Formats: sequence, C-alpha cells, structure tokens
Amino acid sequence: MNATTALLRMLVFPGILFAAPAAWFFLWIERKAMAALQQRIGPPFMQPFFDFVKLMGKQVPPREGLGGFLMKLWPVLAVAASAGAVGLLPVIPRSGGFPGDLVLLLSLLELPSMFIIAAGFSSRSLWGELGSSREAILSVSYNVVFLMAIIGIAASQHTFSLQALAQSQGSPLRWLGVLAILICLPAKLHMNPFSVTNAEQEIYAGPMTEYTGHELALWELAHGMEWVAATGLVATLIAPPLANPWMAGALFVVLSVAVVLVLTIVAAATARLTIDDSVRFFWRCALAFAVLGVSSVLLMRIKL
Amino acid sequence: MNLWKKLLCYSRRKSPWLFHMNSGSCNGCDIELIAGLTPRYDAEQLGVKHEASPRHADIICISGPVTHTAVNAMKTVYGQVCHPKAVVAIGSCPASTNVFIDSRVLDGPLDRHIPVDVYVPGCPPRPDAILAGIAKAAEILAARAGQEAQPAAAPVAAEEEKA
Repeated sequence: MNATTALLRMLVFPGILFAAPAAWFFLWIERKAMAALQQRIGPPFMQPFFDFVKLMGKQVPPREGLGGFLMKLWPVLAVAASAGAVGLLPVIPRSGGFPGDLVLLLSLLELPSMFIIAAGFSSRSLWGELGSSREAILSVSYNVVFLMAIIGIAASQHTFSLQALAQSQGSPLRWLGVLAILICLPAKLHMNPFSVTNAEQEIYAGPMTEYTGHELALWELAHGMEWVAATGLVATLIAPPLANPWMAGALFVVLSVAVVLVLTIVAAATARLTIDDSVRFFWRCALAFAVLGVSSVLLMRIKL
Repeated sequence: MNLWKKLLCYSRRKSPWLFHMNSGSCNGCDIELIAGLTPRYDAEQLGVKHEASPRHADIICISGPVTHTAVNAMKTVYGQVCHPKAVVAIGSCPASTNVFIDSRVLDGPLDRHIPVDVYVPGCPPRPDAILAGIAKAAEILAARAGQEAQPAAAPVAAEEEKA
C-alpha cells in the first residue's frame, strides 16, 4: 500500500467521507431497533444527522486556558482515531493492507476510550471525573478479554493481517473468539449491561456532562464511527471469503448491521450492571474462557 | 438565508433535546412528561431526547410553582443551557402558582425569574398536550436561529386539553 492509496482509504473509502454517513446510519439503526423492541415507532431516518447539524450550530461557553484547549482537542482526536480505524477495515477484499494492520486497528479502537477518560477529567466536572474513573476501571477489565480473544484468533491463523484473516476460513476456535469479542463490545460501546461509564441520569452524562455544541457533535460522530469500526471488525472475522468484490462489500455491510442488531437486543433485554458487577463479570467469568481459548490455540500449534 | 442556515433551522426543529427540572412540583406533571416518552406517546418520533445534562439540552421543561429554594438552582440551570434555548412551563403551577397562590414558601410564578416561551396549562396536562408544547417550542427554537438575546416572556396558548 503506497501513500496515495493509504490517504484515499483514510479520507474517502472506507475512511472519513464514507464513515461519517455510515456512523449516522448505524446510530439510527441502533435507536430504531431499540424503539421497535419497545413497541415504539422511533426516530426518523435522518435523526442522527439532524442531531449532528443542530449541535454544530449550538453555542459553546467560553473555555479558557489549557483545560479549555484540551476540551476542544479530545473530541477531534477521538474522531481522527476512529476514522482511522474504519479506514483500515478490509470492506472490499484485496484492496490493500499491510502485515500487522490488525494491531494498528486495535490500538486505534482503544484510543477513543482513552480520550473519553482524559475528556472527563479535563472537564473538571464531578460527574465527568466519576464517569472517567469508571471508564478507566472498565477498560482495564474488558480489554484483557478482548485482546486475548484477538490474539487467539490471530495465532490460530499465524497472521496479524486483516486481509489474511478475512480471506481465511473460520474454525470452531475462531467462533469462540468472536463470541468473546461480542461479549466485550457492549462495554466498548457503552451499551447496556455495561453502560456504567455514561450511565444516563444516574451520573448525569458521565464524561460528556460538560460538553456541548460542536464538541458534543464530534463525540457523537466518534461514537458512531466506533460502532462502524467495532462491528466491522466482527464482520471481517465472520464473513466467508467471496471472490466478487461487490458481493463481499454488501455481505460486509449486512453482517455489520446484524451485529448492531444483536448488540441492541442484548442492550434492550438487560439492565445496567454496577461497576463492581461488570468488573467481576469480566475478571471471573469471561477471562477464564479467554485464557482457555488462547491456550488451546497455542497447544494446537505444537506439532506432535 | 443561505443553505446552511436553512438546514440548521430545520435540524433545530427536528431535534429538540429536553432537560427536565422540578421546581417544587407535586410530581404529577413530571409523571405526565415521562409518560410522553413511553411507547404509548413515543416522543422520539419528533426527535425528542431526554438528556441528563443541561449542557446537552435545547429545551428546559420546568414543572412546579417555584419555591424559594428552587430559584437559584433554576437560574443556574437556565444559564447552563447554551444558546439557542427555549423554556416550556409544564402545568398550571409555573404559570400561575395554581392552588399554592400566596403561599409564603413560594417565589413564583416562573416568568418572574426566567423568560418562558410556551405554557402548557393543566393540573396535570395530558402527555399529548405536553408534546404539542414541546413541538411548539422547537419551532420557536428554529425561528431563534440568528438572534443573540432571549426575547421577553410572551405567553403562547398551548393546545387545548382533550376532554
């Protein structure tokens, strides 16, 4: 992959120009599916776009000094990181990629949550700090399981390249890893039952409490792009390899939407766990399976 | 008016986010407001989202006859909501202090302290009347696009209650 294609993928497809509408579309699907599950009609199709435009046109209170500068900086960085993560996804097979892009994708997926932690503390709101500390505790817990699942999948295929993973056939162990990733995704995307970070109404809006106007709009956009990147990662892992690039692209989108629906159903069917219960769940229940997965993959690599 | 302004006005009308504040209400109007968000009335069709932080909100819904202790909190919250904003007074209490009139613990009605855009009378008003008031407030928000200062309070007749 040379610099031009890299830039094109980052900025046009599947990067920021494609990722922004995709983010709004995924946010709408999530809200609409939630409404359907609660027997409501739900928001109109363009709702996340209208929310974005309205927030862009809202005034922001004057923020001074380093704290104010940081509050402006974090949402921009979060959008950049999640747009970069979407740009790495192999939506169309054989469209480029480099060995080890899975590692870069994982780090870019992790950055928005770090920016959220920093954002809550730099807003200097009590609720922001509370939400940030919860996010920090939670991300330490779910990331161990998440990374172990990814390591297990990558080790079973002897590769850290997304392209190679998308082209290879699935095995029972890979399905185990995908299940572990799906368990971690609600925590990554701040959905029920692991929505302690922004815990609506309970701690106001968590790290986002003080944000308004275009800063909040960028946070919403970054959140939507995180959705696209995280569900796209799962779609990459479970999609069967197809020769026709159009078919492969369409299948990728369908699978991503299916993952969004699954996560929404889980969120609608569960209540919010407390921070203690969430952490206990990841360290006691999920970690055992993740260790089992990684160790069995490593044992299977030993040639007898 | 250029294209961006038109889009912004339309988006403001389509996406009113609420912050709800109780200024000493008996909880009757609060229940009716929440009923407007339930599946039966489904305010999300109008783009309404019930926000927890006043910083995110466009419309402040205030219920209750404004007690002395609530005045300062209410002014703080009004200042925390960023421009453009609209205020909806829910129920008869913020409009006229209702049956609590002349009480020594009250500092009402609401428009003595902050400008009110829409009054939804009733004790309590029906959820559909509250939603009609919120839709009206969203239109006022869209019309307020270029303005900087908030206009003075002007009572707007809310939808008539159904019998």
